[in-house]
Amino acid sequence: MSENPVLERIKGEVDENEVVLFMKGTPVFPQCGFSSVCVQVLSNLGISFKGVNVLEDGEVREGIKAYSNWPTIPQLYVKGEFVGGCDIVREMYESGELIEYFNTNGINVELANPE
Amino acid sequence: MTVAQDIETKLTESFQPASLKVIDESSQHAGHMGARPEGETHFRVEIVADAFAGKNRVDRQRMIYAVLKDELAGPVHALSVSANAP
Repeated sequence: MSENPVLERIKGEVDENEVVLFMKGTPVFPQCGFSSVCVQVLSNLGISFKGVNVLEDGEVREGIKAYSNWPTIPQLYVKGEFVGGCDIVREMYESGELIEYFNTNGINVELANPE
Repeated sequence: MTVAQDIETKLTESFQPASLKVIDESSQHAGHMGARPEGETHFRVEIVADAFAGKNRVDRQRMIYAVLKDELAGPVHALSVSANAP
């Protein structure tokens, strides 16, 4: 995988940032409902993350699918590990597993005040 | 054969599920990116099968993606998955 410059770039992103979301659009303006769900979940947990907009880069858009053997976007990475797409992030959030996952990985969770 | 029937047939053959629901959610995404006027672009699959026992979520969903790779590369824009063991 080191031969491919796009995969190297992706590896750079997930190595340099503790929490990375490859998504369509930006965290402020998601352009896909599934990406939007992931942003919402991370925001609810007060997680700071890097959003990578695949719509701005066709190579990354295709490359990220090969990188993790996962054909859809969004994709969440924590400490270099692929966590899942929208369904998995939502399921883990609803069951409380996601908070535990961030805690285990030493990432600060600050639950948003529902008020 | 419709895309929904195609998905149902492939998943049934591959996993002999204890239960399977293929839900066409295209109408909720009408006019969005990836939607087509004729629909059949956005699906939700709820499947329960022995094959998922002992697999984590990522592996379960990868198994489904592998079976439906032609559909995902073609007409299906989005596939939401809930996969469990009985």
